[in-house]
Amino acid sequence: MSLVSVQSVSYKYNAESVLENVSFDINEGDFLGIIGPNGAGKTTLFHCMLGLLTSYSGRITILNQDIKKNKKIFKKIGYIPQKKSIDEKFPLTVQELVSLSLTRKTSKNKVFEILKQVGLDKMKNRTIGRLSGGQQQRVLIAKALVNNPIILMLDEPTNELDHKSQNDFYLLLKELNEKNKITIIWTSHDMDAVNKYANKVSCINKRMFFHGDKGEFFSSEDHIKNYSESTMQIHMHAHDM
Amino acid sequence: MFEVDIFSYGFIQRALFSGLIIAITCSIIGLFLVLKKQSLLGDAISHMAFGGIAIGTFFNIYPIWTAMGFSIVTALAITKIRQSTKLPSDSLVAIMLSLGLGVGVTLVSLSDGFSVNVFSILFGSILLVSLQDIYPIIIVAIIVVSIIIVYYKKFLYIAFDEEQAKISGIEVEKLNYLFTILVAITIIVSMKLVGILLISALIVIPNVTALLFNRGFKKTLVISLSLSTFSVFAGIVLSYYYNLAPSGIIVLLSATSFMSVFLLKTFILK
Repeated sequence: MSLVSVQSVSYKYNAESVLENVSFDINEGDFLGIIGPNGAGKTTLFHCMLGLLTSYSGRITILNQDIKKNKKIFKKIGYIPQKKSIDEKFPLTVQELVSLSLTRKTSKNKVFEILKQVGLDKMKNRTIGRLSGGQQQRVLIAKALVNNPIILMLDEPTNELDHKSQNDFYLLLKELNEKNKITIIWTSHDMDAVNKYANKVSCINKRMFFHGDKGEFFSSEDHIKNYSESTMQIHMHAHDM
Repeated sequence: MFEVDIFSYGFIQRALFSGLIIAITCSIIGLFLVLKKQSLLGDAISHMAFGGIAIGTFFNIYPIWTAMGFSIVTALAITKIRQSTKLPSDSLVAIMLSLGLGVGVTLVSLSDGFSVNVFSILFGSILLVSLQDIYPIIIVAIIVVSIIIVYYKKFLYIAFDEEQAKISGIEVEKLNYLFTILVAITIIVSMKLVGILLISALIVIPNVTALLFNRGFKKTLVISLSLSTFSVFAGIVLSYYYNLAPSGIIVLLSATSFMSVFLLKTFILK
């Protein structure tokens, strides 16, 4: 049984098509990298899957529950948005930020456990504005993990990180995927990182070009060519405008 | 020298008591407003309250009720428009501010009798607070502080990131409406202290000053509460001795704290 099922999802914004008939399944334990150029609809797809956009056609289910009918299902998801959404002047310590997500059912000790796991337990009283980019991403992971999600969704999480911080970040995701059995879904431009860490790949540019095993995608010149051409089309379209 | 028995005067006791309650309430509600980047919403609501008071006085209705009704309805309307359209919220606030003032000025110009009170509406009259004035201040403070204590984590999450708060199951829209009502009723009962033109200073300045310390949420709140209560206490006492308008002194003390901390952080403790 698939954990997440996206069936024939289409979405239009101001009559312009953003997603066209996108379908794929995600299994438990998958580490899925969703690649696609800017404007390909990756964030829109995430917003549909997270219930932030509801006017799409088609159907999305998580654990066989239609997400439009069962909002509680989102509690099983940890979400990390693009880094630009963090306000570094916001007066929150690491501990306070992670505790924001804490529900009544979750023990307060969980905050310390998670901070230890992401390597930030000694910085719990530091304000988020005083953390490096990599540390901020780790705090957001800790916040997303505090209620024991079964799925972690990350929207281009390493965009503003240096190379070392990116590697550390992906290793942490890998550990969460393998040890904690959390299904990871992440969007990225970084083909190398997807090749290195993911086990499944989705290639999207409004339509789904490919969804399947990483090996199948990266061993096929046709798939990579299709992806490259679609990226080029987006760039050329942007220059035409 | 200063008289030592200033605190034995009933009007000073009432002014200090109500002033400190207002300072605490405004500081708490103001921190969320500042964090939501809606500092000017307080200003807009206070101007709507001016329109509401003018309506009440013109039609011989108890003006606090009309001020409250007019402010709440328009503030909720602005919140609804902000949530359901992409219109920039600062523009909506500007519309609200002008509308309140427009209604007020028009009705004041139509009326002969109540322009005398306009000065106290605009600039406050804390030294004239009666026992009857104190009751609504206490009731509103208890309501606002209790609701904030119950929902503070949700309000904080919404202020940090509305989108993530929504995903985590928080009813963002409903809580935004509730928060707007809390802001409106806080401002209406606080007008007596500093008036509608200066109320946003009490809401914004102590919190922005506290943010300069770059601490976590709880410490920021404590700093803001300390600055706010100090300004109100010292402002009322100084206004008595030097025969000055208390609202003006309170705002000047707040602004001085801000400038002092800013200069200290920028040039000495950088």
